Amino acid sequence: MAKIKLENVVKSFGAYQVVHGANLEIDDGEFTVFVGPSGCGKSTLLRMIAGLEDISAGTISIGGKVVNNTEPSDRGIAMVFQSYALYPHMTVRRNLSFGLEMNGNPKDDTARRVALAANILQINELMDRRPAQLSGGQRQRVAIGRAIVREPQVFLFDEPLSNLDAELRVQMRVEISKLHKQLRTTMIYVTHDQTEAMTLADKIVVLRAGHIEQVGAPLDLYDDPANQFVAGFVGSPKMNFLKAEVVEKGPGGAVVALSSDRTVRFAFSLSTEINAGASVTLGIRPEHFILPGEGDADLTVAVEVAEHLGNTSYVHARLSGETVVIEQPESRHRGDGQHLTVGVPARRVFLFDQKGNRLR
Amino acid sequence: MKSKSRSLLLQKIALHAVLTPLAILWLFPLWMMFVFSTMPDHGIFSPEIVLWPSAEFAANFQNLQADTNFVRAMFISIIVAIVYTALSVMLTSMAGWALARYRFAGRSIVVAIILGTITLPFAVVVIPQFIMVAREFKLANTWIALIVPPLFNSLGVLFMRQAFSMMPGELFDAARVEGVREWRIFLHIALPLARPTMAALAIILFLASWNNYLWPLLINSRPNMMTAPVALGTLIGLTKVSWGGIMAGAVLLTAPVLVVFVFLQRHFIAGISAGAVK
Repeated sequence: MAKIKLENVVKSFGAYQVVHGANLEIDDGEFTVFVGPSGCGKSTLLRMIAGLEDISAGTISIGGKVVNNTEPSDRGIAMVFQSYALYPHMTVRRNLSFGLEMNGNPKDDTARRVALAANILQINELMDRRPAQLSGGQRQRVAIGRAIVREPQVFLFDEPLSNLDAELRVQMRVEISKLHKQLRTTMIYVTHDQTEAMTLADKIVVLRAGHIEQVGAPLDLYDDPANQFVAGFVGSPKMNFLKAEVVEKGPGGAVVALSSDRTVRFAFSLSTEINAGASVTLGIRPEHFILPGEGDADLTVAVEVAEHLGNTSYVHARLSGETVVIEQPESRHRGDGQHLTVGVPARRVFLFDQKGNRLR
Repeated sequence: MKSKSRSLLLQKIALHAVLTPLAILWLFPLWMMFVFSTMPDHGIFSPEIVLWPSAEFAANFQNLQADTNFVRAMFISIIVAIVYTALSVMLTSMAGWALARYRFAGRSIVVAIILGTITLPFAVVVIPQFIMVAREFKLANTWIALIVPPLFNSLGVLFMRQAFSMMPGELFDAARVEGVREWRIFLHIALPLARPTMAALAIILFLASWNNYLWPLLINSRPNMMTAPVALGTLIGLTKVSWGGIMAGAVLLTAPVLVVFVFLQRHFIAGISAGAVK
């Protein structure tokens, strides 16, 4: 196991900077997930930790040792790739043992490690097959097995479930989680899927355009997002954002009214200075709407589409030109064009300024 | 369903109706070459056209051997073609791998220069090459002169570069993370995956060497270093031309190519169509 530390890590491709001074600490045995939209730099950051990309500035330490100029194989890491990257001309057994053999590891130790990995991942019956003869899930298991045999201090996963179908993703997600509990090794996992991030992580690192936007435990990010981007990225369906305006400013607080319905008002305690008349954004998660009359304000919307999932429904509705998604656990027959009134508890409403910064 | 299979059958018949005459047209000269190689010279030039082989192949071959020591020429051709093919596949693979997988300053310029050399006709290259090899290095009439100058094959480099470029980079990253050295990645992962392309390239290079006439003719003046095509060509200038012997030599020249192609054709097709579909 090893602690990982990133200090002011920068990555540039020519004049184009893709990672802008990342600072991060990952503890021993921690499961950390890098999450963010495509092109945010999460895979680049992972590849820099692996040593597959040079860093342009800053330092990366693994186990207290700066590894900026250390070869990937000497960093004590193992990596699982999105495409599995199994050697297609080798059997599963040889895929697992190849790296150890090439490094002159004793044969009996290699055999022991391969057998152990095969047992952990339950791939004993696949050992003499080639990758083309395996299903997607089996290939992913072999790829993880190849990482296990290295007995690394750190596991790196680069979107390992992206190529699997929905059912297999859930299954493999659980298996990776079990594996972490079994091995207690430091793991860094890259994904653009916030559900994977929420379910797997001890710590989530949200990235956008090469910047770390927020670092925290999954529920901390959900309950207390640092800005509008994180608020929108964490949670499914994503948070609703509604235009609003500060209508009253008092000592230590403000009253904010929805632009689309100025009768809908919320009072906030704020330590940030904000002027009356300022434009702001209100954030309300679909699951935080409640029954009318039970919240601090009621909202009436026109239903456009209702998605019934069985245990719950997602109602897509319009509110004066803005789209709102509302989770309705009890509703099964909400039709198009109907009006729906829901309650909004003020304590569940987030307030953001025009730049997307959280106002507290 | 029935009408669909019927239409497929009709399509096949139409296709064969076009392809069969074309195949006959292509095969006929080869067949006649074989037939002539079994006939005495007066039979070849008789007004009567004979389409079936007779029994003079051995006699024609004896004439050929007496005029040119054709067995030795064949032996030289085979050795040159095999060594050239093996070395050239090895070198072009290494160059292709470096150009496909390593980032270094001037890489695109190197690729552009290699691409540019394809456009140069051999006739432009052959004189400076001859001066360099024969006069500067004094290597005329040697095995090295036969094998080494044509070794650098720009088409082969681009062929192999393309094959390595199409392989997923994560395969090699995975090996690097596992601590596999670069030359072992090349030997144990890249080369086995490039086998179909290498086989296709090997056929092309073998054929190029086997059919090479101008360079061996220029660089070798000694009869005991003649390759088979050159040996065969010398017969034309003789006062008495043995056409049966020439045809027997042509048959013998064709046979190894057919053998190589039949054994490697599966790889050849796979190699030249690699990347056409996912």
